[in-house]
Amino acid sequence: MNYEIASRTRGPKHAALCAACLVALSGCHWDMWNNARYKPLEPTTFFADNATARTVPPGIVPYYDTESKVLSVASTEPPLTDTHYFQGKVEGAFAKTLPASVPLNRALIERGQRQFEIYCIPCHGKLGDGQGMITTRGFPNPPSYHIDRLRQVELGYFVDVMTNGFGRMYSYASRVKPEDRWAIASYIRVLQLSQNATPELLPADVLEQAKNPQPAAAEAHEGPQSNEHD
Amino acid sequence: MAQVFPPGANWLAKWSILFAILGVTLVVGVASAVYWSPVVTQVGVHKKQPVPFSHQRHVQGNGLDCRYCHTSVETSPFAGIPATETCMTCHSQVLAGQEMFNPVKESWDSGQPMEWTRVNDLPDFVYFNHSIHVNKGVGCSTCHGRVDEMRLTYKAETLHMGWCLRCHEAPEKFIRPKDQVFNMAWEPPSDQLEQGRKLVQEYNVEVGQLLNCSICHR
Repeated sequence: MNYEIASRTRGPKHAALCAACLVALSGCHWDMWNNARYKPLEPTTFFADNATARTVPPGIVPYYDTESKVLSVASTEPPLTDTHYFQGKVEGAFAKTLPASVPLNRALIERGQRQFEIYCIPCHGKLGDGQGMITTRGFPNPPSYHIDRLRQVELGYFVDVMTNGFGRMYSYASRVKPEDRWAIASYIRVLQLSQNATPELLPADVLEQAKNPQPAAAEAHEGPQSNEHD
Repeated sequence: MAQVFPPGANWLAKWSILFAILGVTLVVGVASAVYWSPVVTQVGVHKKQPVPFSHQRHVQGNGLDCRYCHTSVETSPFAGIPATETCMTCHSQVLAGQEMFNPVKESWDSGQPMEWTRVNDLPDFVYFNHSIHVNKGVGCSTCHGRVDEMRLTYKAETLHMGWCLRCHEAPEKFIRPKDQVFNMAWEPPSDQLEQGRKLVQEYNVEVGQLLNCSICHR
Protein backbone atom coordinates (compact mmCIF):
# COMPACT_ATOMS: atom_id res chain seq x y z
CA MET A 1 0.00 0.00 0.00
CA ASN A 2 2.88 2.27 0.80
CA TYR A 3 4.21 1.60 -2.65
CA GLU A 4 1.01 2.83 -4.20
CA ILE A 5 1.12 6.05 -2.25
CA ALA A 6 4.74 6.52 -3.13
CA SER A 7 4.18 5.94 -6.82
CA ARG A 8 1.29 8.34 -6.82
CA THR A 9 3.37 11.12 -5.28
CA ARG A 10 6.52 10.31 -7.28
CA GLY A 11 4.78 10.62 -10.62
CA PRO A 12 4.40 14.41 -10.57
CA LYS A 13 7.87 14.79 -9.00
CA HIS A 14 9.48 12.82 -11.82
CA ALA A 15 7.59 14.79 -14.39
CA ALA A 16 8.77 18.04 -12.80
CA LEU A 17 12.37 16.78 -12.73
CA CYS A 18 12.22 15.77 -16.37
CA ALA A 19 10.73 19.13 -17.30
CA ALA A 20 13.50 20.90 -15.38
CA CYS A 21 16.11 18.84 -17.23
CA LEU A 22 14.53 19.73 -20.55
CA VAL A 23 14.50 23.42 -19.59
CA ALA A 24 18.17 23.16 -18.61
CA LEU A 25 19.00 21.37 -21.87
CA SER A 26 17.29 24.09 -23.82
CA GLY A 27 19.93 26.35 -22.32
CA CYS A 28 22.59 24.47 -24.30
CA HIS A 29 23.38 26.55 -27.31
CA TRP A 30 26.30 27.50 -29.52
CA ASP A 31 25.82 31.22 -29.80
CA MET A 32 28.72 31.98 -27.48
CA TRP A 33 30.88 29.54 -29.38
CA ASN A 34 29.74 31.14 -32.61
CA ASN A 35 29.25 34.81 -31.77
CA ALA A 36 27.49 37.15 -34.15
CA ARG A 37 30.87 38.31 -35.39
CA TYR A 38 33.29 37.30 -38.09
CA LYS A 39 36.82 36.13 -37.57
CA PRO A 40 39.37 37.45 -40.04
CA LEU A 41 38.73 36.01 -43.51
CA GLU A 42 35.65 34.05 -42.35
CA PRO A 43 33.17 33.52 -45.19
CA THR A 44 29.78 35.20 -45.18
CA THR A 45 26.58 34.98 -47.16
CA PHE A 46 26.09 38.74 -46.87
CA PHE A 47 28.29 39.68 -49.83
CA ALA A 48 28.00 38.19 -53.28
CA ASP A 49 31.60 36.94 -53.26
CA ASN A 50 31.16 35.36 -49.77
CA ALA A 51 34.17 37.28 -48.43
CA THR A 52 34.14 39.29 -45.22
CA ALA A 53 37.55 40.71 -46.06
CA ARG A 54 36.57 43.34 -48.58
CA THR A 55 38.74 44.37 -51.48
CA VAL A 56 39.35 48.10 -51.44
CA PRO A 57 37.11 49.72 -54.10
CA PRO A 58 38.90 51.10 -57.15
CA GLY A 59 40.14 54.68 -56.81
CA ILE A 60 40.79 54.42 -53.09
CA VAL A 61 44.37 54.85 -51.97
CA PRO A 62 45.92 53.74 -48.70
CA TYR A 63 46.90 56.46 -46.27
CA TYR A 64 49.94 55.70 -44.19
CA ASP A 65 50.76 58.04 -41.39
CA THR A 66 54.54 58.01 -41.01
CA GLU A 67 54.32 59.53 -37.51
CA SER A 68 51.86 57.10 -35.94
CA LYS A 69 52.70 54.26 -38.37
CA VAL A 70 49.01 53.67 -38.94
CA LEU A 71 47.83 52.44 -42.30
CA SER A 72 44.27 53.34 -43.10
CA VAL A 73 42.08 53.72 -46.13
CA ALA A 74 41.47 57.27 -47.23
CA SER A 75 39.40 58.80 -49.97
CA THR A 76 41.05 59.53 -53.28
CA GLU A 77 41.57 63.10 -52.22
CA PRO A 78 44.85 63.46 -50.49
CA PRO A 79 46.87 60.86 -52.38
CA LEU A 80 50.22 59.73 -51.07
CA THR A 81 51.96 63.04 -51.52
CA ASP A 82 55.25 61.87 -50.06
CA THR A 83 56.44 60.19 -53.25
CA HIS A 84 59.94 59.93 -51.81
CA TYR A 85 58.76 57.77 -48.91
CA PHE A 86 56.11 55.73 -50.72
CA GLN A 87 57.50 55.35 -54.24
CA GLY A 88 61.20 56.03 -53.86
CA LYS A 89 60.95 58.94 -56.29
CA VAL A 90 61.75 62.64 -56.01
CA GLU A 91 60.31 64.77 -58.82
CA GLY A 92 59.93 61.73 -61.02
CA ALA A 93 63.52 60.47 -60.60
CA PHE A 94 64.66 57.69 -58.28
CA ALA A 95 65.63 59.05 -54.87
CA LYS A 96 69.33 58.92 -54.08
CA THR A 97 68.85 59.11 -50.31
CA LEU A 98 66.62 57.85 -47.53
CA PRO A 99 63.52 59.93 -46.88
CA ALA A 100 63.80 62.36 -43.96
CA SER A 101 61.48 60.24 -41.80
CA VAL A 102 63.78 57.19 -42.02
CA PRO A 103 67.03 57.83 -40.13
CA LEU A 104 70.05 55.75 -41.10
CA ASN A 105 71.27 53.82 -38.09
CA ARG A 106 72.22 50.32 -37.04
CA ALA A 107 68.62 49.47 -36.14
CA LEU A 108 67.48 50.25 -39.68
CA ILE A 109 70.14 48.00 -41.21
CA GLU A 110 69.34 45.18 -38.79
CA ARG A 111 65.64 45.53 -39.50
CA GLY A 112 66.53 45.44 -43.20
CA GLN A 113 68.52 42.25 -42.79
CA ARG A 114 65.69 40.62 -40.84
CA GLN A 115 63.05 41.52 -43.41
CA PHE A 116 65.38 40.72 -46.34
CA GLU A 117 65.92 37.26 -44.95
CA ILE A 118 62.15 36.70 -44.74
CA TYR A 119 60.93 38.12 -48.03
CA CYS A 120 63.88 38.33 -50.42
CA ILE A 121 66.25 35.42 -49.92
CA PRO A 122 63.92 32.78 -51.44
CA CYS A 123 64.88 34.17 -54.87
CA HIS A 124 67.75 36.62 -54.34
CA GLY A 125 69.74 34.41 -51.97
CA LYS A 126 71.30 35.30 -48.68
CA LEU A 127 74.15 37.15 -50.40
CA GLY A 128 71.90 38.85 -52.94
CA ASP A 129 73.63 36.98 -55.75
CA GLY A 130 70.37 35.83 -57.36
CA GLN A 131 70.93 32.19 -56.38
CA GLY A 132 68.03 31.71 -53.96
CA MET A 133 66.43 28.32 -53.33
CA ILE A 134 63.40 29.04 -55.52
CA THR A 135 65.66 29.42 -58.55
CA THR A 136 66.43 25.71 -58.18
CA ARG A 137 62.68 25.03 -58.43
CA GLY A 138 62.22 26.51 -61.87
CA PHE A 139 62.01 30.22 -61.12
CA PRO A 140 64.35 32.19 -63.40
CA ASN A 141 67.36 33.68 -61.60
CA PRO A 142 66.97 37.34 -60.71
CA PRO A 143 70.01 39.49 -61.45
CA SER A 144 72.73 39.62 -58.80
CA TYR A 145 72.85 42.84 -56.77
CA HIS A 146 76.57 42.88 -57.42
CA ILE A 147 76.42 43.65 -61.13
CA ASP A 148 77.48 47.16 -62.16
CA ARG A 149 73.99 48.30 -63.14
CA LEU A 150 72.51 47.54 -59.72
CA ARG A 151 75.56 48.83 -57.86
CA GLN A 152 75.14 52.18 -59.53
CA VAL A 153 71.38 52.45 -59.39
CA GLU A 154 69.80 54.89 -56.91
CA LEU A 155 68.51 53.69 -53.53
CA GLY A 156 64.96 54.61 -54.51
CA TYR A 157 65.11 52.12 -57.40
CA PHE A 158 64.99 49.18 -54.98
CA VAL A 159 62.02 50.70 -53.18
CA ASP A 160 60.28 51.19 -56.52
CA VAL A 161 60.85 47.53 -57.46
CA MET A 162 59.57 46.29 -54.08
CA THR A 163 56.52 48.55 -54.36
CA ASN A 164 55.58 47.91 -57.98
CA GLY A 165 57.32 44.67 -58.86
CA PHE A 166 59.71 44.19 -61.78
CA GLY A 167 59.64 41.63 -64.57
CA ARG A 168 58.58 38.32 -63.00
CA MET A 169 58.85 39.73 -59.48
CA TYR A 170 55.44 40.61 -58.08
CA SER A 171 54.81 43.72 -56.03
CA TYR A 172 55.57 43.27 -52.33
CA ALA A 173 53.55 46.35 -51.39
CA SER A 174 50.95 44.28 -49.57
CA ARG A 175 53.57 42.35 -47.60
CA VAL A 176 56.44 44.72 -46.89
CA LYS A 177 55.63 48.03 -45.20
CA PRO A 178 57.03 51.23 -46.74
CA GLU A 179 59.49 51.74 -43.89
CA ASP A 180 60.72 48.15 -44.22
CA ARG A 181 61.27 48.70 -47.95
CA TRP A 182 63.78 51.46 -47.10
CA ALA A 183 65.34 49.21 -44.47
CA ILE A 184 65.72 46.41 -47.04
CA ALA A 185 67.08 48.80 -49.67
CA SER A 186 69.68 49.96 -47.13
CA TYR A 187 70.59 46.37 -46.36
CA ILE A 188 71.02 45.66 -50.08
CA ARG A 189 73.69 48.40 -50.03
CA VAL A 190 75.34 46.53 -47.14
CA LEU A 191 75.35 43.32 -49.20
CA GLN A 192 76.80 45.17 -52.17
CA LEU A 193 79.56 46.56 -49.98
CA SER A 194 80.22 43.13 -48.46
CA GLN A 195 80.91 41.60 -51.87
CA ASN A 196 83.08 44.48 -53.05
CA ALA A 197 84.89 45.47 -49.88
CA THR A 198 88.54 46.45 -49.92
CA PRO A 199 90.89 45.88 -46.96
CA GLU A 200 91.04 49.62 -46.20
CA LEU A 201 87.35 49.56 -45.28
CA LEU A 202 87.94 47.14 -42.41
CA PRO A 203 88.21 48.45 -38.87
CA ALA A 204 91.84 48.68 -37.72
CA ASP A 205 91.67 45.71 -35.32
CA VAL A 206 89.99 43.42 -37.84
CA LEU A 207 92.51 44.48 -40.47
CA GLU A 208 95.34 43.74 -38.05
CA GLN A 209 93.90 40.28 -37.45
CA ALA A 210 93.56 39.67 -41.17
CA LYS A 211 97.16 40.66 -41.77
CA ASN A 212 98.41 38.49 -38.96
CA PRO A 213 96.74 35.08 -39.30
CA GLN A 214 98.23 33.76 -36.04
CA PRO A 215 95.47 34.96 -33.65
CA ALA A 216 92.83 34.05 -36.23
CA ALA A 217 94.11 30.48 -36.32
CA ALA A 218 94.02 30.34 -32.52
CA GLU A 219 90.43 31.57 -32.59
CA ALA A 220 89.47 28.94 -35.13
CA HIS A 221 90.96 26.40 -32.78
CA GLU A 222 88.89 27.75 -29.91
CA GLY A 223 85.72 27.57 -31.93
CA PRO A 224 84.97 23.84 -31.70
CA GLN A 225 86.00 23.80 -28.06
CA SER A 226 83.45 26.40 -27.09
CA ASN A 227 80.87 24.50 -29.08
CA GLU A 228 81.52 21.46 -26.96
CA HIS A 229 80.47 23.43 -23.92
CA ASP A 230 77.14 24.15 -25.58
CA MET B 1 -1.26 -8.66 -2.47
CA ALA B 2 1.19 -11.05 -4.06
CA GLN B 3 4.93 -10.47 -3.73
CA VAL B 4 6.18 -8.66 -6.79
CA PHE B 5 9.81 -9.88 -6.43
CA PRO B 6 10.80 -13.51 -5.99
CA PRO B 7 13.50 -14.31 -3.34
CA GLY B 8 16.14 -14.57 -6.09
CA ALA B 9 15.74 -10.84 -6.66
CA ASN B 10 17.94 -10.22 -3.59
CA TRP B 11 20.89 -11.40 -5.66
CA LEU B 12 19.93 -8.99 -8.38
CA ALA B 13 19.59 -6.13 -5.92
CA LYS B 14 23.09 -6.70 -4.52
CA TRP B 15 24.81 -7.15 -7.85
CA SER B 16 22.96 -4.29 -9.45
CA ILE B 17 24.97 -1.95 -7.19
CA LEU B 18 28.19 -3.30 -8.71
CA PHE B 19 26.71 -3.19 -12.20
CA ALA B 20 25.63 0.40 -11.68
CA ILE B 21 29.14 1.41 -10.63
CA LEU B 22 30.67 -0.47 -13.56
CA GLY B 23 28.08 0.98 -15.90
CA VAL B 24 28.73 4.56 -14.83
CA THR B 25 32.49 4.01 -15.06
CA LEU B 26 32.09 2.57 -18.51
CA VAL B 27 29.89 5.42 -19.74
CA VAL B 28 32.22 8.07 -18.28
CA GLY B 29 35.25 6.22 -19.63
CA VAL B 30 33.87 5.92 -23.13
CA ALA B 31 32.65 9.52 -23.12
CA SER B 32 36.04 10.85 -22.03
CA ALA B 33 37.87 8.60 -24.49
CA VAL B 34 35.72 10.04 -27.27
CA TYR B 35 36.15 13.58 -25.93
CA TRP B 36 39.94 13.29 -25.96
CA SER B 37 40.11 11.34 -29.20
CA PRO B 38 40.96 12.97 -32.53
CA VAL B 39 37.30 12.49 -33.50
CA VAL B 40 36.45 15.40 -31.21
CA THR B 41 39.76 17.24 -30.75
CA GLN B 42 40.71 16.93 -34.44
CA VAL B 43 44.37 16.66 -33.39
CA GLY B 44 46.40 15.15 -36.21
CA VAL B 45 43.43 15.10 -38.58
CA HIS B 46 43.94 16.55 -42.07
CA LYS B 47 41.21 18.83 -43.32
CA LYS B 48 40.19 18.73 -46.94
CA GLN B 49 41.72 21.72 -48.69
CA PRO B 50 41.20 23.03 -52.23
CA VAL B 51 44.90 22.38 -52.93
CA PRO B 52 46.99 19.75 -51.07
CA PHE B 53 49.35 22.41 -49.70
CA SER B 54 52.48 21.03 -48.05
CA HIS B 55 54.16 23.08 -45.33
CA GLN B 56 56.94 20.52 -45.36
CA ARG B 57 57.82 21.29 -48.97
CA HIS B 58 57.62 25.04 -48.51
CA VAL B 59 59.37 25.38 -45.16
CA GLN B 60 61.78 22.46 -44.97
CA GLY B 61 62.17 21.96 -48.69
CA ASN B 62 62.48 25.57 -49.77
CA GLY B 63 63.51 27.28 -46.56
CA LEU B 64 60.68 29.81 -46.50
CA ASP B 65 60.28 31.74 -43.27
CA CYS B 66 56.83 31.45 -41.61
CA ARG B 67 56.40 35.19 -42.06
CA TYR B 68 56.84 35.06 -45.82
CA CYS B 69 53.18 33.98 -45.98
CA HIS B 70 51.89 34.69 -42.45
CA THR B 71 52.90 38.32 -42.72
CA SER B 72 50.88 39.80 -39.88
CA VAL B 73 51.85 37.34 -37.15
CA GLU B 74 54.17 39.81 -35.41
CA THR B 75 51.85 42.79 -35.54
CA SER B 76 48.28 41.55 -35.28
CA PRO B 77 46.08 39.02 -33.48
CA PHE B 78 45.67 37.12 -36.76
CA ALA B 79 48.74 35.49 -38.27
CA GLY B 80 47.38 35.98 -41.77
CA ILE B 81 46.48 33.49 -44.45
CA PRO B 82 48.37 34.43 -47.61
CA ALA B 83 46.47 36.10 -50.41
CA THR B 84 46.42 34.32 -53.76
CA GLU B 85 48.95 36.97 -54.82
CA THR B 86 51.47 35.47 -52.38
CA CYS B 87 51.06 31.99 -53.92
CA MET B 88 51.36 33.43 -57.39
CA THR B 89 54.58 35.27 -56.54
CA CYS B 90 56.41 31.99 -57.09
CA HIS B 91 53.74 29.92 -58.79
CA SER B 92 53.33 32.24 -61.76
CA GLN B 93 56.49 30.33 -62.80
CA VAL B 94 56.82 27.23 -60.60
CA LEU B 95 54.25 24.43 -61.16
CA ALA B 96 52.16 26.98 -63.05
CA GLY B 97 50.60 24.52 -65.48
CA GLN B 98 49.87 21.67 -63.07
CA GLU B 99 46.32 20.49 -62.63
CA MET B 100 46.64 20.35 -58.83
CA PHE B 101 47.31 24.06 -58.91
CA ASN B 102 44.17 25.02 -60.89
CA PRO B 103 42.11 26.36 -57.94
CA VAL B 104 44.83 28.96 -57.22
CA LYS B 105 45.05 29.94 -60.87
CA GLU B 106 41.27 30.29 -61.05
CA SER B 107 41.28 32.42 -57.92
CA TRP B 108 44.00 34.62 -59.40
CA ASP B 109 42.18 35.02 -62.71
CA SER B 110 38.74 35.68 -61.21
CA GLY B 111 39.70 37.64 -58.09
CA GLN B 112 37.57 35.25 -56.00
CA PRO B 113 39.48 34.40 -52.80
CA MET B 114 40.57 30.82 -52.11
CA GLU B 115 38.42 29.04 -49.51
CA TRP B 116 40.88 27.22 -47.26
CA THR B 117 39.53 25.18 -44.38
CA ARG B 118 40.51 26.43 -40.96
CA VAL B 119 42.68 23.91 -39.10
CA ASN B 120 43.05 25.67 -35.75
CA ASP B 121 39.68 27.12 -34.79
CA LEU B 122 39.03 28.64 -31.38
CA PRO B 123 35.57 29.35 -29.97
CA ASP B 124 34.45 32.93 -30.56
CA PHE B 125 34.62 33.74 -26.84
CA VAL B 126 38.39 33.34 -26.93
CA TYR B 127 40.34 36.38 -28.09
CA PHE B 128 43.69 34.89 -28.97
CA ASN B 129 46.43 37.24 -30.10
CA HIS B 130 49.39 35.90 -32.10
CA SER B 131 51.51 39.04 -31.92
CA ILE B 132 51.82 39.16 -28.13
CA HIS B 133 52.86 35.51 -28.06
CA VAL B 134 55.57 35.69 -30.74
CA ASN B 135 56.85 38.99 -29.34
CA LYS B 136 57.23 37.51 -25.85
CA GLY B 137 59.13 34.39 -26.83
CA VAL B 138 56.41 31.80 -27.49
CA GLY B 139 57.56 29.89 -30.54
CA CYS B 140 55.35 28.76 -33.42
CA SER B 141 56.12 25.12 -32.76
CA THR B 142 55.08 25.33 -29.10
CA CYS B 143 51.43 25.46 -30.16
CA HIS B 144 51.48 24.38 -33.81
CA GLY B 145 53.94 21.51 -33.56
CA ARG B 146 56.46 20.74 -36.30
CA VAL B 147 54.48 22.39 -39.09
CA ASP B 148 57.64 22.27 -41.16
CA GLU B 149 57.31 18.47 -41.19
CA MET B 150 53.61 18.37 -42.09
CA ARG B 151 52.89 17.25 -45.63
CA LEU B 152 49.25 18.11 -45.07
CA THR B 153 48.42 20.58 -42.34
CA TYR B 154 46.81 19.40 -39.14
CA LYS B 155 46.17 20.67 -35.66
CA ALA B 156 48.97 19.65 -33.31
CA GLU B 157 47.34 20.38 -29.96
CA THR B 158 43.81 20.22 -28.54
CA LEU B 159 43.58 23.99 -27.92
CA HIS B 160 41.55 23.15 -24.83
CA MET B 161 41.57 25.80 -22.14
CA GLY B 162 43.46 23.48 -19.81
CA TRP B 163 46.13 23.18 -22.47
CA CYS B 164 46.45 26.99 -22.71
CA LEU B 165 46.71 27.22 -18.93
CA ARG B 166 49.71 24.89 -18.75
CA CYS B 167 51.71 27.79 -20.13
CA HIS B 168 49.70 30.66 -18.63
CA GLU B 169 50.31 29.15 -15.21
CA ALA B 170 54.00 28.56 -15.78
CA PRO B 171 55.33 30.32 -18.89
CA GLU B 172 58.91 29.55 -17.85
CA LYS B 173 58.30 25.97 -18.96
CA PHE B 174 57.73 26.99 -22.58
CA ILE B 175 59.21 30.44 -23.24
CA ARG B 176 62.23 30.60 -25.57
CA PRO B 177 64.65 33.31 -26.71
CA LYS B 178 62.96 35.74 -29.12
CA ASP B 179 65.41 34.96 -31.91
CA GLN B 180 64.31 31.31 -31.77
CA VAL B 181 60.56 31.94 -32.07
CA PHE B 182 60.44 31.06 -35.76
CA ASN B 183 62.92 28.21 -35.48
CA MET B 184 60.75 25.14 -35.90
CA ALA B 185 63.48 22.77 -34.71
CA TRP B 186 64.06 24.51 -31.37
CA GLU B 187 64.06 22.17 -28.39
CA PRO B 188 64.03 23.31 -24.77
CA PRO B 189 67.50 23.17 -23.19
CA SER B 190 68.10 20.85 -20.24
CA ASP B 191 67.92 23.84 -17.87
CA GLN B 192 64.74 25.21 -19.45
CA LEU B 193 63.16 26.16 -16.12
CA GLU B 194 66.13 28.27 -15.13
CA GLN B 195 66.52 29.84 -18.59
CA GLY B 196 62.75 30.29 -18.80
CA ARG B 197 62.58 32.19 -15.52
CA LYS B 198 65.27 34.56 -16.78
CA LEU B 199 63.42 35.12 -20.06
CA VAL B 200 60.09 35.67 -18.29
CA GLN B 201 61.76 38.44 -16.33
CA GLU B 202 63.70 39.84 -19.28
CA TYR B 203 60.62 40.01 -21.52
CA ASN B 204 58.42 41.47 -18.77
CA VAL B 205 55.91 38.65 -18.92
CA GLU B 206 53.31 39.61 -16.30
CA VAL B 207 52.82 36.14 -14.86
CA GLY B 208 50.20 37.29 -12.34
CA GLN B 209 47.99 38.63 -15.10
CA LEU B 210 48.10 35.55 -17.28
CA LEU B 211 45.36 33.82 -15.30
CA ASN B 212 42.91 36.73 -15.40
CA CYS B 213 39.75 35.69 -17.25
CA SER B 214 39.78 38.86 -19.29
CA ILE B 215 43.24 38.09 -20.68
CA CYS B 216 41.54 35.72 -23.12
CA HIS B 217 37.78 36.21 -22.64
CA ARG B 218 35.86 39.41 -23.26
